[in-house]
Amino acid sequence: MKAPDFRYERPESLSAALALLADEANGAQPLAGGQSLMPMLNFRVAAPEMLVDLSGVAELRGISDSGDSIRIGAMTRYRDLAEWSDLEAKLPLVALALPHIAHHAIRNRGTIGGSISLADPAAEMPALMMALDAEITLTSADGERTVPASEFFLGFYETAREENELVTSVRVPAATSGQRSAFYELAPRHGDYAMAGVAMVADAASPITNLRAAFFGIAGQPIRLSVLEAALNGKAPDDEAAITVATAAFDEVDFIDDLKASAATRRHLAGVVLKRALAEL
Amino acid sequence: MTQTQSIQLTVNGEPVNASVPVRMNLVDFLRQELGLTGSHVGCEHGVCGACTIEVDGAPIRGCLMLAVQANGATVTTVEGLADTDRADALKAAFRDRNALQCGFCTPGMLTSALSYVESGGPADRTAIREHISGNYCRCTGYQAIVDAICDVIGKEAKS
Repeated sequence: MKAPDFRYERPESLSAALALLADEANGAQPLAGGQSLMPMLNFRVAAPEMLVDLSGVAELRGISDSGDSIRIGAMTRYRDLAEWSDLEAKLPLVALALPHIAHHAIRNRGTIGGSISLADPAAEMPALMMALDAEITLTSADGERTVPASEFFLGFYETAREENELVTSVRVPAATSGQRSAFYELAPRHGDYAMAGVAMVADAASPITNLRAAFFGIAGQPIRLSVLEAALNGKAPDDEAAITVATAAFDEVDFIDDLKASAATRRHLAGVVLKRALAEL
Repeated sequence: MTQTQSIQLTVNGEPVNASVPVRMNLVDFLRQELGLTGSHVGCEHGVCGACTIEVDGAPIRGCLMLAVQANGATVTTVEGLADTDRADALKAAFRDRNALQCGFCTPGMLTSALSYVESGGPADRTAIREHISGNYCRCTGYQAIVDAICDVIGKEAKS
């Protein structure tokens, strides 16, 4: 189908964009890269009265490196990240995940902020933010606030963002020396949304030290399981007994059950991706 | 009432001025307003890749970008590729390898494949498959398409 009718605005400054969002009478919806919102419009799942296209807001785009952390503007496209020469050194986990995020043509348009704001349960970027302990900056006409990723993703397409706010940037801690990263996902076709995936970092691989593992595609939001991480810390990444103990933590997960995969399948696949990612840590 | 907006862009090397409904996507604009029906419309939600076109030198989904967003952009469709020799080797290899049957995916597939070849991608079947993973082909089973792309890369490496 085709998109329903809407009014279209393309502000050239953040303040102009925020003013459009602040006026409730506008019924405004921010448009970032459009790689999820456009399908939702075409399906008529979304029918905002106004689209506020953020592609003209230059201050939302770009990557800045302050040494121990990297600030990524919300309108930075996946392609911009892939072309950033320091990506592998500074954000190796993101470098591992990027090729799995949709397809080449989608990565040329899709944005970091768009993915984080939408919070699709199977999207990679929210899980990366969780695994990396990133901070998400939200801005409205009233001011700015920063929310840790662990408090940002609340459920199916549900985040801490208020309707008059924009995700304007994320701040991601840079990889520390010796830090290990691993990423693994299972999807029906390369680049499709994952049926199960995990993004992880650790200070050391064997024994596993300070593991942070964020699963995606299995529940309403990306999740870290403290029981699972605790069971693996101090163990070798191929310690089958430890992995068995760790995966018992899946008992507390409300697995997605849909046409792509049943809850039981997803639970099984979560264990598979965990094991395969650990092997690459 | 539907809002319209004036846009100016370059399509296949030609300047274009038009007034478009803001809800119209780019591939519909190219097909319906400019008669460039080489770009195909399949799923209209970014999954099939039939509408893949080049905007400012990068392949994108024509169904996931509004025409109004192409204001100021340089767009190249499969018709534009035919105007230059950029895709000649690839098109010849697609013919030689039977890398198309019904042809519905071919314009998008050529656009994706060309970006791989032009970016200096290796003749590695897995890497090629990953690169064209966003383009569905329901006829060939992809083997012949990967063969064709490998052929072009192999020939360029020799010359």
